[in-house]
Amino acid sequence: MVDPLLVELSRLQFALTAMYHFLFVPLTLGLSVLVAMMETVYVMTRRKIWRDMTKFWGLLFGINFALGVATGLTMEFQFGMNWAFYSHYVGDIFGAPLAIEGLMAFFLEATLVGLFFFGWTRLKPVTHMAVTWFMALGTNFSALWILIANGWMQNPVGASFNPDTMRMEVTDFFAVLFNPVAQAKFVHTVAAGYTMGAVFVLAISAWYILKNRHVELAKRSFAIASAFGLAASLSVVVLGDESGYALTEHQKMKLAAIEAMWQTEEAPASFTLFGVPDMATRSTEHAIHIPWAMGLIGTRSLDTKMPGIEDLVDRAKTRIRDGLVAYDALEAIKSDRSDQAARATFERTKADLGYALLLKQYVEDPRTANDDEIDRAAWSTVPGVLPLFSSFRIMVLLGFAMIALFAVSLFYTMREARAPRWLFRLAFLALPAPWIAVELGWLVAEFGRQPWIIEGVLPTFLATSELGVVDLLVTIAGFTLLYGGLAVIEVMLMVRAVKKGPDQVIDDPSALLPGTGTSVEGYRPFATPAE
Amino acid sequence: MFDFLFDYAVLRLIWWVLLGVLLIGFAVTDGFDMGVGALLPFVARTDVERRVAINTIGPVWEGNQVWFILGGGAIFAAWPALYALSFSGFYLAMFLVLAAMILRPVGFKYRSKRPEARWRRNWDIALFVGGAVPALIFGVAVGNTLQGVPFHFTNDLRPIYEGTLFGLLNPLALYCGLVSLAMIAMHGAAWLAFKAEGPVADRAAKFGAKLGLATAVLFALGWILVAFGLLGGYEVVGTQAVAGPSNPLLKDVVVAPQAWLANYAVHPLLIVVPLLGIAGPLLAALGFATRRDGATFVASALGVVGIVSTVGISMFPVILPSSTNPAQSLTVFDASSSESTLRIMLIATVIFLPIILAYTSWVYKVLWGRVREEDVEAPGSAAY
Repeated sequence: MVDPLLVELSRLQFALTAMYHFLFVPLTLGLSVLVAMMETVYVMTRRKIWRDMTKFWGLLFGINFALGVATGLTMEFQFGMNWAFYSHYVGDIFGAPLAIEGLMAFFLEATLVGLFFFGWTRLKPVTHMAVTWFMALGTNFSALWILIANGWMQNPVGASFNPDTMRMEVTDFFAVLFNPVAQAKFVHTVAAGYTMGAVFVLAISAWYILKNRHVELAKRSFAIASAFGLAASLSVVVLGDESGYALTEHQKMKLAAIEAMWQTEEAPASFTLFGVPDMATRSTEHAIHIPWAMGLIGTRSLDTKMPGIEDLVDRAKTRIRDGLVAYDALEAIKSDRSDQAARATFERTKADLGYALLLKQYVEDPRTANDDEIDRAAWSTVPGVLPLFSSFRIMVLLGFAMIALFAVSLFYTMREARAPRWLFRLAFLALPAPWIAVELGWLVAEFGRQPWIIEGVLPTFLATSELGVVDLLVTIAGFTLLYGGLAVIEVMLMVRAVKKGPDQVIDDPSALLPGTGTSVEGYRPFATPAE
Repeated sequence: MFDFLFDYAVLRLIWWVLLGVLLIGFAVTDGFDMGVGALLPFVARTDVERRVAINTIGPVWEGNQVWFILGGGAIFAAWPALYALSFSGFYLAMFLVLAAMILRPVGFKYRSKRPEARWRRNWDIALFVGGAVPALIFGVAVGNTLQGVPFHFTNDLRPIYEGTLFGLLNPLALYCGLVSLAMIAMHGAAWLAFKAEGPVADRAAKFGAKLGLATAVLFALGWILVAFGLLGGYEVVGTQAVAGPSNPLLKDVVVAPQAWLANYAVHPLLIVVPLLGIAGPLLAALGFATRRDGATFVASALGVVGIVSTVGISMFPVILPSSTNPAQSLTVFDASSSESTLRIMLIATVIFLPIILAYTSWVYKVLWGRVREEDVEAPGSAAY
């Protein structure tokens, strides 16, 4: 049996490195698109100020991008480093989207990002704009493939266990590709990234306006960020990925845990706005309910029942018992590879094999488990209710707050009215909101997936490498020091760049056009700057 | 017409070749980036010189590094058992590689963001570590792979590694690390001689000539070690099913000194590949001495191709031998993904690899020409 401390440390390291990586990636997603939009306005209107905006926000994009790339390196290799059994068990399916991400997306993004910074004097304005758009496209495709991989962990479609190779293998790649959970996650995550980019631009622009610095640039940035941000933040909610939660057994469990819905309610279920869920008594105290709301959010209908935690645990119990049949058949196949009867039994029951593996946290051979252990294993399929319940609510609250902020900002922008100072102050104070929201979203999705690393297929505690606790302590300490140091440097450089303002990139001998805000004669978007 | 693509054994062979292509792509492109990092303190003395050196790779290192990331992803997708075993086995070594490589992106990006000499000196150290340490450790990993790595599988096919970090750092493995470091530094010097200007290019050529000779001699020494049976040797006993299930418990492998030479006895023409690994660096050394910078870079790149390919060809069909349980060694025919995954990945590669090569070439074309001191000193220049 794997050392439980090793499992906890492996999880801690993954959470640390993934959540850290996820501080930078959504901002890269959002800023790449915003910068491409600004550059497009420049190429279309010939106004130099839009070129200045592109360069200035591009500078901040670059500082952020460097850490996104650096921390992404760890992500690509740590499945093999810390999760060797997982890598062997599902690499046949999980590895493919990661490799295609490299081929189709990350290569494009990383190859063109150099030209984005160095190509201003070497490329025609239109070509440079195309480079920026393809870079943004690469970033977005990157998110698509990573979320196809992640979506498969949440809803492992198109694959089945092969007893000859003792691992999961792909049976229908298109099912993996068009996994509805992955699609919902992609739209939700990308929209969240756009929202983060918009809040970032909005907050820094508001700060400039408050300080009465670079007002021309800040006002335009504020306007584009509020429009883009409103569209993005509305998409985050409307296309929220809880729509995928009704699809699978464990996604239902996750949803029930988010809701602290212990018993199945009559459709449409109510939404618990506030409450204190208690795992020990299996009840929620001080609950305030909103009738119907949960049924609508979770099932998009008024008459579909949503199962509660206790019912789902009962179902898990049945699946554990079915899984034991599969486990027994697999052991028979291992000792005699030509045992056709065992192979037939296994084929029939293998969908529940993962549930039998849950018992390995108590006994070496799941077939020797008693009723009490089966009961505990079934209850172990309930993720931590309190963290999910509260994380989800804070995330949603922040989401709605950001929508309101963008809406008010856009209102003043559209009326071309002088916006009140409190709005700019509020916009500046909103800066941390998207980061808190995306990290909580990550927590809801991945902590909510527990105890599974692959839902219904492989429990997390079985998936680690056979490492020593000391190995893990060394790398956790190492990553914490390294990442901590880099975080301090990154924030320092970011603050410095913002304080110095756009002048550092505008004062540039390669600048094509004199003056700001006016179109200039003789501007040729299709000519190379040297001409 | 493409029926052969539907054959599992052929797919495995193609993916073995593609694994080589990715590793070569990484060694040839990101290799010169790492080489420039490793040579930075030696070829560039003033701040402007260092910026010239850094800016020869400034716009391209990011794309080059994707060969490394794609290599990781492709090993995961096509050789999951290899991915699981090697990265968990070389755990702390891998951590050092990652930590060193994480310093590079931030080093390039952040170094010139502040003017203080101390700030820049610290990032120069980071860039040196980010170049030299991975170059050394990759070689050490190859050295261990040649000698065999202590691992076995349980009957659930759970991979179990039995060694330690210090076991990896044995003298023969460290020698392979030196080959790798010399090769990467030579390649970095070739790039600098070709792409930089003035004293940086001159010093790089001077170092490069020595590094080319060192690489050729060190690599040739490897052949003597292999011939004396000091650098491993494993061979598959009997016939292994080439299209059977990917399960490393179903064949037999034994330790056999000099077995890494067996493939050359069967196919004598293959000797061209290791000869390229010696001739490339020698020609590069000549090129450095006569300052034919374009030709030098090509010779250096061919040397890298020869050296990396030699490792793969010598070991075929073994990919990762187990020193403690040789029978459970990973081979081309029992460590791959399923037939469907290999085919899907092949289709994706056939579509995207040419596109990648096309836009990468275009980017290099746009950035053609030497980096001059006045380029990095121009006010408001985007240079690092």
